[in-house]
Amino acid sequence: MEWEVVIGLETHTQLQTNTKIFSGASIKYGAEPNTQACEVSIALPGVLPVLNKEAVQCAIKFGLAINAEIAPRSVFARKNYFYPDLPKGYQISQYELPVVGKGAITIQVPAVGKNPAYEKVINITRAHLEEDAGKSVHGGFDLEKLDEAKWDEPVTKGNFTGIDLNRAGTPLLEIVTEPDMRSAAETVAYAKKLHELVQWIGICDGNMQEGSFRCDVNVSVRPKGTGKLGTRREIKNLNSFKFMTQAIEYETRWQIEALEDGGTIQQATVLFNPDTGETRAMRSKEEANDYRYFPDPDLLPLEVTEADKAAVRANMPELPEAMKARFEAEYGLSSYDASALTTSRDLATYFVATVNSGAEAKQSANWVMGNISAKLNAEDRTIAASPVSATQLAQLLKRIADNTISNNAAKQVFEVLWSREIDVDEVIEKLGLKQVSDSGAIEAMIDEVLAANPAMIEEFKAGKEKAFNALVGQAMKASKGKANPAQVNEVLKRKLSAS
Amino acid sequence: MINSSLKQLGEMLQAKKISSVELTQSFLSRIQQYNPDINAYIALDEAKTLTQAKAADALIASGDTTPLTGIPIAQKDIFCAKGWKTTCGSKMLANFIAPYDAHVITQFDAAGAVNLGKTNMDEFAMGSSNETSYFGGVKNPWDFKRVPGGSSGGSAAAVAARLCAAATGTDTGGSIRQPASLCGFTGLKPTYGVVSRYGMIAFASSLDQAGPMAKSAEDCALMMNVMAGFDERDSTSLQREKEDYTRDLHKPLQGLKIGLPKEFFAEGLDANVGKVIEGAIAEYKKLGAEIVDISLPNTGLSIPVYYVLAPAEASSNLSRYDGVRYGHRAESYTDLMDMYCKSRAEGFGAEVKRRILIGTYVLSAGYYDAYYLKAQQIRRLIAQDFVEAFKQCDVIMGPAAPSTAFKAGEKVDDPVAMYLQDIYTISTNLAGLPGMSVPAGFSTGSDGKVLPVGLQIIGNYFDEARMLNVAHQYQQVTDWHAQIPNLGKPNLVLPEELK
Amino acid sequence: MALSTEDIKKIAHLSRIEVDDNEAAATLTKLSGILGLIEQMQAVDTTGIAPMSHSQDISQRLRNDVVTKTNEREAFQAIAPHLGNGSTEPAVANGLYLVPKVIE
Repeated sequence: MEWEVVIGLETHTQLQTNTKIFSGASIKYGAEPNTQACEVSIALPGVLPVLNKEAVQCAIKFGLAINAEIAPRSVFARKNYFYPDLPKGYQISQYELPVVGKGAITIQVPAVGKNPAYEKVINITRAHLEEDAGKSVHGGFDLEKLDEAKWDEPVTKGNFTGIDLNRAGTPLLEIVTEPDMRSAAETVAYAKKLHELVQWIGICDGNMQEGSFRCDVNVSVRPKGTGKLGTRREIKNLNSFKFMTQAIEYETRWQIEALEDGGTIQQATVLFNPDTGETRAMRSKEEANDYRYFPDPDLLPLEVTEADKAAVRANMPELPEAMKARFEAEYGLSSYDASALTTSRDLATYFVATVNSGAEAKQSANWVMGNISAKLNAEDRTIAASPVSATQLAQLLKRIADNTISNNAAKQVFEVLWSREIDVDEVIEKLGLKQVSDSGAIEAMIDEVLAANPAMIEEFKAGKEKAFNALVGQAMKASKGKANPAQVNEVLKRKLSAS
Repeated sequence: MINSSLKQLGEMLQAKKISSVELTQSFLSRIQQYNPDINAYIALDEAKTLTQAKAADALIASGDTTPLTGIPIAQKDIFCAKGWKTTCGSKMLANFIAPYDAHVITQFDAAGAVNLGKTNMDEFAMGSSNETSYFGGVKNPWDFKRVPGGSSGGSAAAVAARLCAAATGTDTGGSIRQPASLCGFTGLKPTYGVVSRYGMIAFASSLDQAGPMAKSAEDCALMMNVMAGFDERDSTSLQREKEDYTRDLHKPLQGLKIGLPKEFFAEGLDANVGKVIEGAIAEYKKLGAEIVDISLPNTGLSIPVYYVLAPAEASSNLSRYDGVRYGHRAESYTDLMDMYCKSRAEGFGAEVKRRILIGTYVLSAGYYDAYYLKAQQIRRLIAQDFVEAFKQCDVIMGPAAPSTAFKAGEKVDDPVAMYLQDIYTISTNLAGLPGMSVPAGFSTGSDGKVLPVGLQIIGNYFDEARMLNVAHQYQQVTDWHAQIPNLGKPNLVLPEELK
Repeated sequence: MALSTEDIKKIAHLSRIEVDDNEAAATLTKLSGILGLIEQMQAVDTTGIAPMSHSQDISQRLRNDVVTKTNEREAFQAIAPHLGNGSTEPAVANGLYLVPKVIE
């Protein structure tokens, strides 16, 4: 039997705000445990939530970016369950009425082997605001104080978990897709596209190591051609695209094997172990969840007016699709180049800055996607951290355009610029890479070369093209590579035909 | 002095006829004398209280005063007060020292008032007799064998026995008005959202509202001037202009339209209580008021609706008491689940557990629509009843409680009978309307005990100033509010003319 | 809706409240009485009536995204519960709240 995998994603994006979603506590990453856990974060008796305006604006931005319906009225609900990292015993989330409704994201799935690249529309079911939980820390803390306690098994020293509530209350936008993806490749393409988009519109820093962008992947399989969805298992908290691919592939195989062995799939939450490359069901979620959702009486309905949307829209950056179209129209770039330059906002900004500093567009595109990207990749840097600024790159490209240096010489200059802070012209000067474009000097030099190589002139006249190239080579050598090759060509041709 | 109004006390303090320290000490010694019997206070901290009194005297000396500067106020133990034990009447919080101030506490501090101590209450405000308190029942100062009502039973007894100048209470279903009726003083539950709930330990968030409990309407008005006001930390706090609640006290009542809902005088009302209320209405007629017969047809449904909504909200609000960050943790436990279940089983009393269980049940999967949603729909019907009624009248009057104070232990084992105590008060909480109880006379019970009866005044949204006017004018022509129990002889025999 | 002691135990578990068989039976009697009271609602036709969550028909006020809270860990952890099991030490270590191991 041929199987089909059906995948939907729930992505928790941490919103780039200064404070928590319902309190004025900082959400800076990496603070000492519980130093950013205010009375609201630790749910002291009597505390109340007040919604962060910036978090709401982030949600609206996202909704606008995916052309989604933005609810004029949405409601916060309590999701009730007990867990030590959930201090109130409930999570404030949105349930029946989320702030962002149906929308869509177009993904580009890259070519794999014989299968060509293609585009696909992934439908977004909803996106809702909610608060993050705290963190459980296993080990690494001082448990000497437990010595005096007399524990009954299984509670023993070393059998304790530490709870850090710095993250509790961090604003999240949970973005939920329809089960529209049919492979790990599509899933990763969607996740990457979403990852780029949330950074592009400035609502999330995209830092997956720090947990700013976490994906839960719902995987089910069904015989190809059937309409009914299979029972799904949810892979929790994938924090890298590599693990996402591995986890989906493992989980798909596991489900198909289970079904082919005559078994059934039980709905479950599973964890991916990067060390073994396997998924396993979580023990703590065994009991059937009954979250007892109800509207949070401490919060009122969130209203978003047309004016609110317009105000957010006015502050939105140009979106990648629009920018791509503009690059094609304005700079005459190919669809491929325009697409590549708009994969990240920083890359696009860098490109535009290069062009605006006077460099030619196509050449700028080639350099940004070529030399610059290669260097960045090799050193694992982002474009924002490029040692060669857009103005410097433009200066360099202008020196090629005005024939000061050759393309090859420009690469040498680029290497120097990359490693030290220095002016482009100073590098050209110091390396002596300036091209000789003085026609008098070039003519005199070529006269010398011709005088020294009569045999080559004969060969050329006998119709051997190679002899011309050899003469150019001699001329370039004589100029120590500084002569403008185009000019050498031209002068040599003229002199040979005249002789 | 103990019977002086807040206004008189303020004048004496400002004229330096007494100091705040002297006044405070006189209340503290009364408390020392009577509290061991009455049990109105859970926490007293003489040092803290006197420090505040000294500071108040300094303010008075410098002329920087408000009408309440230097006046000792008892605070219901539901309000977090920094450095004070704040128990909410529960073993769960028996050792909880609040690390922050509730908005109400901040307001009294800013007014220069003195915190006299924290008053006893039903556990987490769940009760109508103060018998669910972990710290023991409170005696009704009019008859020590009887309950003071609840949940603000400690504040009620403290006001009635003159163990404070005035007190704060909270009212979720009648917890200010029913004890005010049973103990014979003036209590006001404001419009929902007028007093901030920040730092007030939550029972049922959409119904909880703090208000004053005092010797007269005028005192309540002065208390309201301190308690009411916008607080940005409470999302349900209403942004309104600051009001002077004393502004209308002296207006004549000529032409006032009083609505009498027939449902408030039907079966279930003690006949003697009914007579007292009729007497009060007759007095209002003398003052020039007109009587309008009205109907609040859904009154009977307010109890079932309340016992779905309040426990549902409470079950979630009380999930934070899990023994992790503060409050009671079981002495012995074997694992996390065991710690949760034991800590909560030990920390909560029987009534609180019952309500958590009911709340969990009505919110659980499959029952939400039949219970919670249905209750919210009927809540709207109840609120609409009042909208219709206020088209015909200015205020609504009736009894605050169906009977006078009942004996301790009488209803403890019959929760449904206990719940019926709030039949006349709950509907205003559901609608969010303001309600008052004003002493209207005394009724002689079957055992010959003479006990106070409260007249309930219900106003339209934000009509507190008018209600206080209506009560104040009555208190100018009657002296029921000036009657005090004889604590030396708790079984007070009233003079003939007062019977 | 007739409740059973099994139902009571299930709800109690969801609520994380330990109940033994005797308590469950006693609770059942009282809860059944209360649910009987609640059942009165079912007689009301509520078709088309919008549920009422709040008494005021207003929308959520938004807070400016400005840090207003400072580190109060010391004060907040001073009121941490005792570890229990013979230890009166507060259930905190290295700034973390201590709970029996969370199994994922």
